[in-house]
Amino acid sequence: MKGLVPVKRVIDYNVKPRVKADGTGVDLANVKMSMNPFDEIAVEEAIRLKESGAVTEIIAISVGPAKAQETLRTALAMGADSAILVETDDEVEPLAVAKILKAAAAEVQPGLIILGKQAIDDDSNQTGQMLAALMNLPQGTFASKVVVEGDSVTVTREVDGGLETVKLSLPAIVTTDLRLNEPRYASLPNIMKAKKKPLDVKTPADYGVDITPRIKTLKVAEPPVRQAGIKVADVDELVAKLKNMGVA
Amino acid sequence: MKTLVWVEHDNSAMADATLAAVTAAGKLGEVHLLVAGSGCRAVAEQAAQIAGVGKVHLADNAAYANALAENVAPLIVELMGHHDAFIAPATSHGKNIAPRVAALLDVMQISDILSVEGEKTFTRPTYAGNAIATVESTDAKLVVTVRGTAFDKAETTGGSATIEDVSGAGDAGLSSFVGAEIAKNERPELTSAKVIVSGGRALKDSETFQQVIMPLADKLGAGVGASRAAVDAGYVPNDYQVGQTGKIVAPEVYIAIGISGAIQHLAGMKDSKTIIAINKDEDAPIFQVADIGLVGDLFKIVPELTEKL
Repeated sequence: MKGLVPVKRVIDYNVKPRVKADGTGVDLANVKMSMNPFDEIAVEEAIRLKESGAVTEIIAISVGPAKAQETLRTALAMGADSAILVETDDEVEPLAVAKILKAAAAEVQPGLIILGKQAIDDDSNQTGQMLAALMNLPQGTFASKVVVEGDSVTVTREVDGGLETVKLSLPAIVTTDLRLNEPRYASLPNIMKAKKKPLDVKTPADYGVDITPRIKTLKVAEPPVRQAGIKVADVDELVAKLKNMGVA
Repeated sequence: MKTLVWVEHDNSAMADATLAAVTAAGKLGEVHLLVAGSGCRAVAEQAAQIAGVGKVHLADNAAYANALAENVAPLIVELMGHHDAFIAPATSHGKNIAPRVAALLDVMQISDILSVEGEKTFTRPTYAGNAIATVESTDAKLVVTVRGTAFDKAETTGGSATIEDVSGAGDAGLSSFVGAEIAKNERPELTSAKVIVSGGRALKDSETFQQVIMPLADKLGAGVGASRAAVDAGYVPNDYQVGQTGKIVAPEVYIAIGISGAIQHLAGMKDSKTIIAINKDEDAPIFQVADIGLVGDLFKIVPELTEKL
């Protein structure tokens, strides 16, 4: 069974985003970019499934600018076998990404598609569920454990009250949550080897997908700023403050 | 506009998260609700009492018992034939189901709205809440999830909606529910707690977390939260996590203990009315958002605080 792993190039999670002065978006010029952390977890999970024999081949795919090749090379260095870049400089919404992934999956024929539950830039948390809908496949979202057995996959999910387990028929879509695994670092020899792995470049048009946005961004603004407050010297002062607020 | 709101419930009682979604829906137009579950008529009766609700659709079928997205999404799509907007609370059910509905309707969903600015215009947080986008949908129908802390709760009484039974296709045959480990918790639920005591990595281990954090929470009748670091380290289960990808909370008072204040954590709690931080590192980022800070050793401060309250 093949594993398809969509990955996204996003602002590095350690960088504090700055809103552009003209209110059109977030300033990404000269900002460190990385693989979306949830997608790293997805790549790692696919590799572990390959190591255990459940998955035979891993194809990483990204929809984004030419520089997303770097993100795909990271996935290849971690252990993916080949990669597809669907190149576009336009911003592509989750629905259009899902349509592209559906078309790519029709060619790749994966048994399992593993992707991050959300990207840390737009925080949409949609692509996996949308892809599952378009392909009429089951979805195991927010996964903290994935076990492939025969023609099904059992997914433990992080839900509001704790954990929930579902059994899905294969092929299936899994979206990763934080506790699924700890992604490995690519070793230097593997980074060198990754440069020689196949990376196909396509366009949304190759897949016949219209990526015209459905949502217009009218304005992007900084959130209201919280002013730093006061420091108290000791517990007694803190207790007094709490009592004033009616908490204690 | 006719809206259809997903009622969050456990087949016996409605969850509070529903009420904020009802308020958001009310700003768009007529509010209809969907109660999908198994043996859940009591929930529909409860939901019919919410002020401002016009109709409750009740889909009672074993296939809907655990809100599996594969089964309930086609039901919602059917009902969307005569509704203009599907509105779900941004709970784990809502986040799981809504995008599946949106894709089936060929609609681009708007996630986690903070406000309704117009018929098709909303604000929503991006980049862990570091940028607030005002967005307008150009789709014929709307699919929206609602951040619970951003809207007042609708009144749970005063309404007298009619309950209408609906049937959907039932089991899609793609997935099955195996089981759940839902933590039994006597404490206030995080997303509706008035006071939250939250612990970070500095709490050392599970036992210490229990010994230091819980007595203070008990004294204050508070909900208990944690940073990602504390959850990853196994001090507490995942449902305690507050942050960008965990729970979004906005209590009256949020007490952050031994939490440095990574942007991902701040994203989940910076709308709290009053933030109190206790940390030994006076340069910790948490102090930049705290209204009241106390620098020092939490292992001395917290027990003393618990005793003096």
